[in-house]
Amino acid sequence: MLPVDATAKPPRGSAWSLLGSELKVLFGRRRTWALLLALAAIPVLIAVAVRLSSTVPAGRGPAFLDRISQNGLFVAFTAMLVSVPLFLPLTVGVVAGDTIAGEASHGTLRYLLVAPAGRIRLLLVKYAGALAFCVVAPLAVALAGGAIGAALFPVGPVTLLSGDVIQPPEAALRILLIAAYLAVSLAGLSAIGLFLSTLTVVPVGAMAATVVVSVVSQILGQLPQLEWLHPWLFSHYWLGFGDILRQPVLWDSFASNAVLQAGYVAVFGALAYGRFATKDILS
Amino acid sequence: MSAGVGGSRAGASGLAIETSGLTKHFGRQAAVDGVDLAVPAGTVFGFLGPNGSGKTTTIRMLLGLAAASAGTVKLLGASMPGELHKVLPRVGALVEGPGFYPFLSGAANLHRMDAAGPHTVPATRKLRVGQALERVGLAHSAGKKVHAYSLGMKQRLGIAGALLSARDLLVLDEPTNGLDPQGTREVRNLIRALSHDGTTVFVSSHLLAEVEQMCTHAAVMSSGRLVAQGPLADLRREGTVRIRLETPDAALGRQELVRLGLVPAADTLEPGGDGVQVLAALPASAGPAVPALLPEDIVAHLVAAGVRVRGFGVERESLEDRFVALTGEGFDVAG
Ligand SMILES: Nc1ncnc2c1ncn2[C@@H]1O[C@H](COP(=O)(O)OP(=O)(O)OP(=O)(O)O)[C@@H](O)[C@H]1O
Ligand SMILES: [Mg+2]
Repeated sequence: MLPVDATAKPPRGSAWSLLGSELKVLFGRRRTWALLLALAAIPVLIAVAVRLSSTVPAGRGPAFLDRISQNGLFVAFTAMLVSVPLFLPLTVGVVAGDTIAGEASHGTLRYLLVAPAGRIRLLLVKYAGALAFCVVAPLAVALAGGAIGAALFPVGPVTLLSGDVIQPPEAALRILLIAAYLAVSLAGLSAIGLFLSTLTVVPVGAMAATVVVSVVSQILGQLPQLEWLHPWLFSHYWLGFGDILRQPVLWDSFASNAVLQAGYVAVFGALAYGRFATKDILS
Repeated sequence: MSAGVGGSRAGASGLAIETSGLTKHFGRQAAVDGVDLAVPAGTVFGFLGPNGSGKTTTIRMLLGLAAASAGTVKLLGASMPGELHKVLPRVGALVEGPGFYPFLSGAANLHRMDAAGPHTVPATRKLRVGQALERVGLAHSAGKKVHAYSLGMKQRLGIAGALLSARDLLVLDEPTNGLDPQGTREVRNLIRALSHDGTTVFVSSHLLAEVEQMCTHAAVMSSGRLVAQGPLADLRREGTVRIRLETPDAALGRQELVRLGLVPAADTLEPGGDGVQVLAALPASAGPAVPALLPEDIVAHLVAAGVRVRGFGVERESLEDRFVALTGEGFDVAG
């Protein structure tokens, strides 16, 4: 054993080690890559389908679909639009639902806590990991979309919803902005997933529950009878990124979305903390 | 760090673990019921008990994983779970089997475990992980994914996880579960070596032979209650001493033993012979005035009475007998 000098400074702590380790484990595991690859496959499928079919009748299928053959950048826009309702929430549900329940089911939760990771610190690190995935997931769609679009179709100036025309580099920036918008959009759902994950030791249960919550929120958002509820649903602004495709960019929905998501993060973060801080770890 | 009792390694009382009235209810069932543990610093302390007697539940409360329904815990002199962040870095633990990410290698799992501690030094992590793997004989399988580990290899990796830093206290829940004989012996030696360095080792088990071989102290749980604790020698001494007589003249032998005031148990067949084995408890001396019945006097008496003595022995009750006496004969799990 090493001699300990009582007057020496305690060894430098490594508060960030756990976050680094979490990101390494999350992005080092095959499942995360499978999720990202599945997301990246969406624009590829769209691009290949458009390429193989001779003409797309205007006004049919998802927005922008008819413009892909003229401009490959629209592959990215279309793919992001298509992945919002189900595919992105699905992958985020898997990652966020797994945060605590996954550790519990592997039996690693007790060893993290005995280390001692600290319950609050562990919760924060786990949420940070889920957020990192929320950033990377839309990026996977955007980058794969841009790449396959550029490979299969001509790339040119993009006509915005406001009628203005922007050059491809500026359009690429808008694509990244939309990816950022989607990352923010998924923050609330991640917090819900984190909370659900503290309730069970069965990760699949928490994952499924998170995905179901996202679907239910979107269904409620479709019911005109529940008009009063709509602004409070975390999915309310999910498809509101059209404002980013105007000149100049309208930041209103971005800001409203951020505030709404922050509210969800605060509420479900507090619930997760309340549950996890005193929970008996019996797994 | 110097080895020794007291100092920073234990509370003022010299106890590495001290619980008082520790209780845990699961619904209406009391899984742990008013346990007052006292584990002296520097000992190897065996925590015995049949399946379901509350050993793991007690350990979870010691480590702050589960909250006690009632009672208090002091670990290395600090109260749990209040001072958890102060104490747990000095405690290595194996709780209810190892827990690892199957998709990571053994070494990567230990890296992660170590990174979870708030004060572990990243600069020495690689070295410490390597040493821990070396100590449990897993150096050659360090790069293998844990899902490809055997049961015993996982168990060894779990023990390695408890040894990542220098610890003052090790809490090991059934550390030799699933280990081969070499592994079991290695773990025993490891525990002895750690204890020699001054680490207090608290090890739960239901393998009595194992506890007898490596522990200095022990406690016995039964249905959530602590039914005995103390130095191993004392625990054994509380048991009775008996004589074993092997003879073809069983009836005469029993008659003579009764005459001496002994109470022979039912005969058993002498193993591998045609004679009969008679067992009888040797009564303790009734007081200083009454001289105890000496075994040699019994033999002399038997021979004088014409009993053909083939074998005679004095046996102290084994820890197993003592354990069964304390926790009951029944095979069924209580509760
Ligand atoms: N999560 C739980 N929920 C309800 N009851 C539990 C739970 N965990 C343990 N128990 C009960 O608590 C009692 C003690 O269990 P514990 O795991 O502490 O036993 P043990 O002494 O470690 O047994 P073993 O030798 O089999 O490991 C048992 O009756 C068990 O049924
Ligand atoms: Mg147990």
